[in-house]
Amino acid sequence: MNRMFAIIEREMRKFFRSPTLMVTAMIMPLVQLIILGNAFGGKIQDARVAIVDEDHGTQAVRVQEAFRSVEANIRTFVAVPYTDEVRAREDVRQGRLEGAVIIPPQFSRRFYAGENPQLGMVVDNSDQFMASSVQTEMQSLVDSLNLPEATAKRISSDVALEIIELYPYVEYLKYLLPGAITLAMFVSVMIGGGMLYIDDKARGVHEGYLVTPITALEMVLGLNLAGAFKAIMAGCTLTILGSLIAGLGSSFQPGRILQWFLLICATSFAFNGMMFLLMVRVEDPLVPRAMFGILNTLLYFPSGAIYPVQAFPKWLRVISYVDPFSYAVHGLKATLLKEASWAAVTTDLLYLSLFGLISLALSVPLFKRTL
Amino acid sequence: MSILNRSKGPQSGHEGVAIAVENIVKKYGEFEAVKGVTFDVKEGEIFGLLGPNGAGKSTLIRMMTTLIPITSGKAFIAGYDVSKDADAARRTMGVIPQAMTSDIDLTVEENMSIYAKLYGVPRAERERNINELLEAVDLTKWRGAQVKTLSGGMRRRAEIARGLVHNPRIFFLDEPTTGLDPVSRVAVWEMLNMLKSRRQLTILITTHYMDEADRLCDRLAIVDHGNLVALDTPMALKSSVPGNNVVEAQFAKPPAGWVEQLRGLAGVESVQDEGGSMFRLLTSTGSQTTTGLVELAVHAGIEIKTLTVQNTSLDDVFVHYTGRQLRDEQVKAFGYVIPPRPGMQS
Repeated sequence: MNRMFAIIEREMRKFFRSPTLMVTAMIMPLVQLIILGNAFGGKIQDARVAIVDEDHGTQAVRVQEAFRSVEANIRTFVAVPYTDEVRAREDVRQGRLEGAVIIPPQFSRRFYAGENPQLGMVVDNSDQFMASSVQTEMQSLVDSLNLPEATAKRISSDVALEIIELYPYVEYLKYLLPGAITLAMFVSVMIGGGMLYIDDKARGVHEGYLVTPITALEMVLGLNLAGAFKAIMAGCTLTILGSLIAGLGSSFQPGRILQWFLLICATSFAFNGMMFLLMVRVEDPLVPRAMFGILNTLLYFPSGAIYPVQAFPKWLRVISYVDPFSYAVHGLKATLLKEASWAAVTTDLLYLSLFGLISLALSVPLFKRTL
Repeated sequence: MSILNRSKGPQSGHEGVAIAVENIVKKYGEFEAVKGVTFDVKEGEIFGLLGPNGAGKSTLIRMMTTLIPITSGKAFIAGYDVSKDADAARRTMGVIPQAMTSDIDLTVEENMSIYAKLYGVPRAERERNINELLEAVDLTKWRGAQVKTLSGGMRRRAEIARGLVHNPRIFFLDEPTTGLDPVSRVAVWEMLNMLKSRRQLTILITTHYMDEADRLCDRLAIVDHGNLVALDTPMALKSSVPGNNVVEAQFAKPPAGWVEQLRGLAGVESVQDEGGSMFRLLTSTGSQTTTGLVELAVHAGIEIKTLTVQNTSLDDVFVHYTGRQLRDEQVKAFGYVIPPRPGMQS
C-alpha cells in the first residue's frame, strides 16, 4: 500500500503546487450560485403594463386606482396610460411593454347593469415566466375588484386551507447552494480525475509508473483517493463560502458540519469512481473535454439542483433516480436547508458510497497494467 | 557476482547474461512490428539498438520492460521471464522512457523520492541514494528546483538519476539524447559511462544517432523493419562493410554511364547513385580513388561541385545491411534533414 500512498503524494503535491484546479473547480459553481441565485430568486417588479381606458366611467377609475395601488406597494406593474388599443398591442409586440389591460367601452354601464363586464388583457406569451406572473397578479387584482365593498358580519362556514411552512422562506440562492456545492465537486473530479488523468497518460507519466512494481489495484486506489481528496477540498470550500454568501449560519454547527462533511466525502468518492470508470480506457485527451458538457447536462440538471424532480416527466425521473448527483443534492438540501436528522441523509450516504464502491470494483479489472 | 545470482530466482539459466531475448515477436493485428528478434546482453556492457524511427526499437524495449505484452517469444531480465514474473523483473531494472516522464511541477528531489517509494526503497536508503545520484548527475544544487525550471539536458540528467534511485542492475534508456543540444548529448554519454562503471550497470539504449551508437555502445544491434539485421561491436560492424573509406562527390552534369566509369577507379568496391548528381563510392584506398576520380573528371570535362573523403561509418554499415541510408529514413520520418553534428561521421 506504500506505493498507493506514493501516487497520492504525487497527486496532492502537484495539486497544491498548482492551485489552478481548485480555483477553476469553484469559479463556475460560485458564479452560478451568485448570478442564478439572485437572477431567479426575486419576484417580477416594474413590468410596464398599458392601461387603455376606452370607458372613462367610474368603474374604469376603480380599475386604475387598483393598478396604482399595486404600483405603489408590491410594484409588480408600472401602469402606462394609453388611449389607443391598437398602439398598445403593437408596443407589446415590439417589446416596449410587457402587457396591456383594455378597459372596453361600456365597461362601467355593464358593471352596474350586472352584465358581467370583462377586462381585456394582452400579454407577451413568448416569455412564459413574465406572462404567468403578470396574469397571476392581474387575476388577484380582478378578484379584489369583485369583492363587495362592505361585508355583513356573519359566522363563516366556508372551508379554509391553512398552510403551515416548516422552514423559514428559502430564497432561490439558498435553494441553489446544494447544487453549487455538488457542481464544484463534479468540476473538480472532471478536471482532476478526467482531464488531468488523460493528460498525464498522454504525457507518459503513467508509463513511468508502469515500469515500477506497483499493482493495478494500488494504482487505481491511489488515483481515485487522490481525486476524491481534491473534490472533498473543493466541496468543503464551497460549502463554507456558499453558506456565508447565502447566510446559512446553521451550516457551522458541529453536528451539521459532520453531516455535510460525510456527504461531501461520499459524493467525492462516488463522482471520482464514476469518472475513473468512464476514463479508464480513454487515451485521447480531447475525450474528457468533449464529455464535460454532456455529463454536466446529463447529471446536474436532472438532479433537482435547480428545479424540483417532481416536475420532471417520467423518463427524466429515471435518470434522476440513478444519478449520484441527485442523492448528493438531496442530502445537502436536507442538511443545509432543512437541518434534518441523520435518518434523512442515510439513504443518500449509502447510495453514494455503494455507487463509488461499484465503480471502483469495475475499474480495477478494466484498468490496463500495460500501455 | 553475476546479476543472475544477485537477483534470486533466475529462470533463464543464461550465466553472465543480463538480458536474454529469444525469438520475440510483437503483432498489432496483421502488422508485425517486431519479427522474431533474438539477442543477449552481457552483464556490464552498454548495448545499443540502432535503427530509424519506426524500426521497432521502442517496441522491443517496451516488451523487455513489461510495458507492452509480448505476442510470442521470451524475454528474460536478470533471469526473470518478463511475461511470467513481471514484478521481479521490474525490481531489477530502471527505465527511462523516450518521453520526459518526470512531473514538471514537482522538484527534482520530490520526483526521485516518489519513484523510490514506488519501488519500495526504505527511507534511509532512499535519502542516501538520492544524495549520491544527485551528486553523480551534478544536480545537487538543483534538488529543490521544479523540473519545469530546468534546461532539457538537466531534465534528462534528472530523469537518469530518477531511473537509478532504486539501485537497479539493468538500465534501459529509450533514445536518451533525442532533442538535446550537442554539448548536453556528450554530457549524457559521459555520465552514462561513469554511472555504468560506478554502479556496475548493464545498459541498453535505443538510438537513431550513429555517433551516439559508435561512441557509447560496446555492442550494437541494427534493427530495421522489425528485424535484427546485424549485431556486433561498432568496430566489427564497420569492418564487415567492404571498403575502408567513403568518397562522396557531386558533379555538375555527369554523363550517362558515369557510374560504370566511377566503378572502374582504383580500389572502388561499390558505387551508389544518391540522386542530385551525387555519388557515393566505397573504396579500400581513399587517396588513390580520389586522385583517379579528379583525373577522370578533368579528362571528361566534368566539373566537380563537392568532394569529401571519410572513414567508413555506421551509416555505411546501415546502408550495407539494409540497402538504404539511416539519414534517408530520418528524412522520411521527420520531413526534414537532420543537420550533421560534431563528431558525426556521415
